[in-house]
Amino acid sequence: MVSTTAKRAPTALPGPGAGGAAGGAGALRSLEFRREREATWQELEQLIELVRQRSVRGLTAEQLARLPHLYRATLSSLSVARAISLDRALTAYLESLCGRAYFCVYGARDPARGVIAEYLGWRLPAAVRAVKWQVAVSALVMLLGTLTAFFMVKDDLDAYYTFVGADYASGRNPAAPTAELRAGLYDESNMSAGLATFAASLFTHNAKIGILAFALGVALVPTMLLMFMNGLLLGAFAALYDARGLSWDLWGWLLPHGVTELFAVILCGAAGLVVGQSWVFPGARPRMDNLRERGRLAGVVVLGAVLLLFVAGLIEGIFRQTVTNIEVRYAVATSTAAFWIWYFGFCGRARERLDRALRAGEGAR
Amino acid sequence: MSQATHYLHHVADRRAREIVTPEGVPIRFQLAGPGDRAGAFVLDVLFQIIALVVFVVAAEWAIGGAGEDSWLTGFALVIAFVMREFYFVVFETRWQGSTPGKRIVGIRVIDARGGQLEASAILARNLVREVETWLPLTLLIAGGDVWPGAPGWARLVAMLWVIALLLLPLFNKDHLRIGDMIGGTLVVMQPKTVLVPDLADATQFAPALPAWGGKPQAGPAPWAFTEAHLDVYGIYELQVLEGVLRTDVASTAHHEAVTAVAEKIHAKIKYDQLVPQHEYERFLRDFYTALRAHLEKKMLFGQRREDKFAKK
Repeated sequence: MVSTTAKRAPTALPGPGAGGAAGGAGALRSLEFRREREATWQELEQLIELVRQRSVRGLTAEQLARLPHLYRATLSSLSVARAISLDRALTAYLESLCGRAYFCVYGARDPARGVIAEYLGWRLPAAVRAVKWQVAVSALVMLLGTLTAFFMVKDDLDAYYTFVGADYASGRNPAAPTAELRAGLYDESNMSAGLATFAASLFTHNAKIGILAFALGVALVPTMLLMFMNGLLLGAFAALYDARGLSWDLWGWLLPHGVTELFAVILCGAAGLVVGQSWVFPGARPRMDNLRERGRLAGVVVLGAVLLLFVAGLIEGIFRQTVTNIEVRYAVATSTAAFWIWYFGFCGRARERLDRALRAGEGAR
Repeated sequence: MSQATHYLHHVADRRAREIVTPEGVPIRFQLAGPGDRAGAFVLDVLFQIIALVVFVVAAEWAIGGAGEDSWLTGFALVIAFVMREFYFVVFETRWQGSTPGKRIVGIRVIDARGGQLEASAILARNLVREVETWLPLTLLIAGGDVWPGAPGWARLVAMLWVIALLLLPLFNKDHLRIGDMIGGTLVVMQPKTVLVPDLADATQFAPALPAWGGKPQAGPAPWAFTEAHLDVYGIYELQVLEGVLRTDVASTAHHEAVTAVAEKIHAKIKYDQLVPQHEYERFLRDFYTALRAHLEKKMLFGQRREDKFAKK
């Protein structure tokens, strides 16, 4: 683009220029600077265009290695241009080029298989361990709701209707005969196609509630309320079946998938608490900074909860209506509980320690 | 500077946000306006719906004979859920903070602090959509179904809460929605990059002489300026002049602006030679080059003269 016939001095100032008016061509260092570096900028521009058209994976290994190098070179050009050049078009160009290159270099990394393994292997359990107090509070609030409803319904069965809506109960209410309630727990009739729809809608419903609990966390109170109400529902059911002497059967029906599902709901509540807490009680740090950091942690936890709900949906869809043996049901419930305790309590601890050490090292530097 | 361009500058400045890259160099971005963001969002939702319909029809065609309560319904439910929650997450992680809708509109998500855009930030900002957009919209459109038999005051409170959430991005200076606050992200315009020739580069402009009468001459000597001439103006005026010279050479507006500015400068610096009208363009270009050389040289010595009111 730059022709080599640039020898003719463009700004020679002959004539009566008294004293040291701006000198000759050499005086425009910004122009020389641009001629020297222009090729680098254009190469970077081409690479960015390639990334935009395909993706980062569309680059060859050589181009990929060159991208950060060109980016840093152009960034330094921008700093120099700001210091020495008054050509506004040039600084504007460099600024936007650096901006676009910044997207490529510091945009999100491609979540390849490694990232998923990293997430499941240690990031998720580590995040849950990091918010263990919120998990405890969230579980406690839900337990409180359960106990409240349980004892209120136990005292007066009519209170059941206050806690459980008619459409949600779908016939499971104090007016129903015991045999019918019992059949509901061991029902094999609707095993076929309808079951899949049922399980799927249950999963999406639960997952939405869970995400809601997290997102409502900004206001703190709604999350607690949601957890409490969830507990109320559970408690009301428990009291109803208890009154008919079906407690053992109810929990056998509920727990195989319920262990996973309830834990997921508790995790969502905990994530909501983390967000709300960081916002309402920021401690010594600025609110927005705190929200930013804790919010991301909470996001990691919620994604885990959605995965848990998916697992719960699978257990429910495949298992609940096909296995009616109560001992097997309890065995499944116990083993899922044991698995989650191991996973969230102990999985990936070594990697977590390593990460913390690395962070501490970085902070010290 | 006309009123209109003045206003545009004002708007551009209010929307400019500076982030410091990990290398320690500040870069300015233009914030995306609420209109752009809403447009991108609507497009993305449209794409999701189209994808869902295509998927369900294809699945039905492939598996065949699907009744009302079949596996397909359950499957479609799960797919719809996954799409709704993870469409944005997947695209924003794969496309460096962009989605199909954002790409069409020309906006992107970046880390508000200038660091790497982390997957957890993308996750957090998008999961919050559930309460920020979907819940409000469902309540607005089908409030009765979500909460049947709600008392009037509760509906009013819910409606106010919903409207406050939906309009939140209009009422904070960075146009953040709650998802952006929790994820620590900003949405900015994708900058356009155009490298225009340097006005001081005579090789680029030698033939570009006035098209309204003056005949091109073979390399006339440039107009010369003394230090006294060049000391009149500062950086601001230099860059306004740059803007004038960069307007479209063929337009009459350019011609008029050049004439007005050349006459004004000629008078202001008390230039001692007469400049014929067909030479105005070249006169301004030479003045620009000389002034820039002069000011840049001063800048090297640590004297940055911002405008004509600053002391010399």
